[in-house]
Amino acid sequence: MIVLRDVVKRYGDVTAVDHIDLEVAEGEVCVLIGPSGCGKTTTLRMINRLIEPTSGSIEVAGRDIMRGRPEELRRHIGYVIQSVGLFPHLTVAENIATVPRLLGWERRRIGPRVRELLGTVGLPAEEYADKYPRQLSGGQAQRVGVARALAADPPVLLMDEPFGAVDPLTRERLQAAFERIQREVRKTVVFVTHDVDEAIRLGDRIALMRDGRIEQYGAPEALLDHPASKFVHDFVGADRALKRLGRARVGDVMTSDVAVIRGGVRRVDPAACAGTRFIYLTGEQGELEGWVDCRVLDAGTAPADAGTRVDWREAAVHPDTTLKEALSRMLGMGFRDVAVVDERGVLLGEVSLAAIERTMSASDAHVSNLGAGEVLGAPPDREDEHADEYAEGPAERANEAADGEGRP
Amino acid sequence: MSARARWTPLAFALAGVVAFAWLVAQQDLWAGVLGELFPRSPRPVYPAATMLELTRQHLVLVGISSGLTVLAGVPLGIWVTRPSGADFREVVAAAVDFGQTFPPVAVLALMVPILGFGLWPAVVALFMYGMFPVVSNTVAGLESVPPTVVDAARGMGMGRWRVLLTVELPLSARVVMAGVRTSVVINIGTATVAAAVGAGGLGDPIIGGINVQNMAYVLQGASAAALLAVVADGLLAGVERVVTPAGVAE
Repeated sequence: MIVLRDVVKRYGDVTAVDHIDLEVAEGEVCVLIGPSGCGKTTTLRMINRLIEPTSGSIEVAGRDIMRGRPEELRRHIGYVIQSVGLFPHLTVAENIATVPRLLGWERRRIGPRVRELLGTVGLPAEEYADKYPRQLSGGQAQRVGVARALAADPPVLLMDEPFGAVDPLTRERLQAAFERIQREVRKTVVFVTHDVDEAIRLGDRIALMRDGRIEQYGAPEALLDHPASKFVHDFVGADRALKRLGRARVGDVMTSDVAVIRGGVRRVDPAACAGTRFIYLTGEQGELEGWVDCRVLDAGTAPADAGTRVDWREAAVHPDTTLKEALSRMLGMGFRDVAVVDERGVLLGEVSLAAIERTMSASDAHVSNLGAGEVLGAPPDREDEHADEYAEGPAERANEAADGEGRP
Repeated sequence: MSARARWTPLAFALAGVVAFAWLVAQQDLWAGVLGELFPRSPRPVYPAATMLELTRQHLVLVGISSGLTVLAGVPLGIWVTRPSGADFREVVAAAVDFGQTFPPVAVLALMVPILGFGLWPAVVALFMYGMFPVVSNTVAGLESVPPTVVDAARGMGMGRWRVLLTVELPLSARVVMAGVRTSVVINIGTATVAAAVGAGGLGDPIIGGINVQNMAYVLQGASAAALLAVVADGLLAGVERVVTPAGVAE
C-alpha cells in the first residue's frame, strides 16, 4: 500500500533520512519510532509531500506520489498531528468537513458524514458539532482531529505523535479508541511516536529508526524477542516481560464470572462472598457504581454502604486496555482484581492478577523456547561479547520474518 | 459569542457617526457655542468654509491616504511572511519604520516642489506616516496563527492561497484590523497639518487661527478633528469585532 524505495532526504550536509526502504501492507499500522532526530517525522512527512524527498521513490496505493499536485495527493491521505491543529475559527463540524469540502462533496452528503464520524470517535454530534475547538479538552480535540483525518475516507492515515500531548489517562483512552476505530475502518496507517509502549500496543509492525536509518522493522514481538542490535535491545528496554503485556488485552484474559448486585441494594448477604473477594454493585443499566469488599463485611449481613463507591472511569479498565495498564491499575489500587467495563461503564467482568501472571509465564516460555532468553538476560559486563550474537543470531531470523511478511 | 454581542459595538458606532454628522452640520450651533466661549472674539467661527465642508475635505484626505495605506500595507505585510518575501522583511520593516519616524511636515515640504500644493503632497505624507501600524500588525497577526494549524491545513490538501484566505487571514483579522484602526486614528489627527500645503480639511481653521491669532478657530478645528478620531475609532473597533471569528473571540 505504501512503498518507500531508497528514500533519502538531505538538508545541506545533514542527512535526515538515509536510504530508507519501507513497505506497509494494506490495513496495517506501521509505527515509526526512535530517538529525536532519527528521521521518523521527516519520513512520515515525505509520504504526503509536506517534505519533498531528495532522492528515491515513494508509492501510495501503487501510484508514484511525485506525479500530480501535492494538494491532490494530500486530500486522499488523512493527516493527524500532535498539536491537532484544529482551525480555531471553525466549529467541530466545519473542521471535520474540511477535506470533503475541498473535494467538492455536496452539502447533503457532508452533514451525515460529519455526524457519523463524531459517533465513531465517541463524541455525540448533538453535543459537539457546533462547539469551537477552544471549548474542547485535549483528548476531545484529538478525537476531532482523528475524525477530520478520516472524513473523506482516505485509504491511508499519517499520524505524527497524535497522542503525545495529553495526560496518561487520556492517552490510554485515545489509544483504546484508536484500536477500536482501526478495527472498524482498516486504514493503512503510518504512526510516529517516541513512546515504546504505544508502539508495542498499536503497531502491527514497528520500524525502529536511528540516524536516518531503519535499525529493525518487524512485528512488536520480533523487536521484543529478537532485537537486531544492541541499540534495539536498549531502546526497547530491560522490562521486556512487562512490555510484552502491552501486546495483550484485558479482553483476552478477563472473566465474566463475577458476583454482581444490581441496583438499589440495602443489604449484602455474605453467602454471596463464597469464593470471591469483591461483589460488584451496579446501577439499573448495569453500570459499575462500586463494590463490596468481602474481607471487610461484618458477620451476618452488612449495609450496602459498607461498599466502596467508585467512578468507573478511574477504577475500572476496558477490554481493549492492555494487560500492562491493567497491572498498573491493580498495583495503584492495591487489589489483585480490577473490574472491566465497556465505553458506557457497564460492568463486563473482572481481570485478576493470576490471569495476568499466566499470560506472562506463557510468553516467557515462548521466549526461552526460542533460546533468546539467555542472550538477552546477559549481565551488562558481557554485553559486548554478545553484541555479535545479536547481529548474527536472532537478528537474522527477525529480519527474515520481517521480509517474509512485508513482501507477500 | 452571540450574534448580538458581535454586532452591538458596530451599531453603537454607527449611531455615533450619525450624531457626528448631525453635529458638524449645525453651523449656527458651533457659532453660538464658540461665541459663548470666546465672548471678545468678533468672529468666533471660521469663515472661509462651513464645518460640513471642512469635515468633507478632511474625510477625503483621510480616506484616500488611509485607503492607499491599507491597500499597500496589508499585501506588503502578507508578502514578507511568505517564502518569496521573507528576504525583504527587514528592508520593509526598516522602510515603514522610517516612514513613521520621518516627520510628516518635512514630507509635505519635500513633496510640494514635486507635486505642487493641494491634496497630493498631503496624501503622500499621510500614506508614509500610517504604514507602520498596518504592516507591523499584519505581520504580527499572521505570525500569531499557530504554525501547526497551517501545517494541518496544508497536510489536508489546501493550497497556499486557500490557506491564506480561509485560515490565516480570518485568524489574524482582528490584529490586522487593530493596526488599520490605529493607523486611521493617527491619520485623522495628523491630517490637520495638511492644511499647511493647501489640502484643506479641519486643519484649515487651526492653521488659520494660529495665523490670525484667533484661538476660537483653533479650538473649532481641533475639537472637530478629535471628535472625528473618536468616532472613527469606535467604528473601526466595531468592524474589528465583526471580523473576529466567533471561535477565537473571548
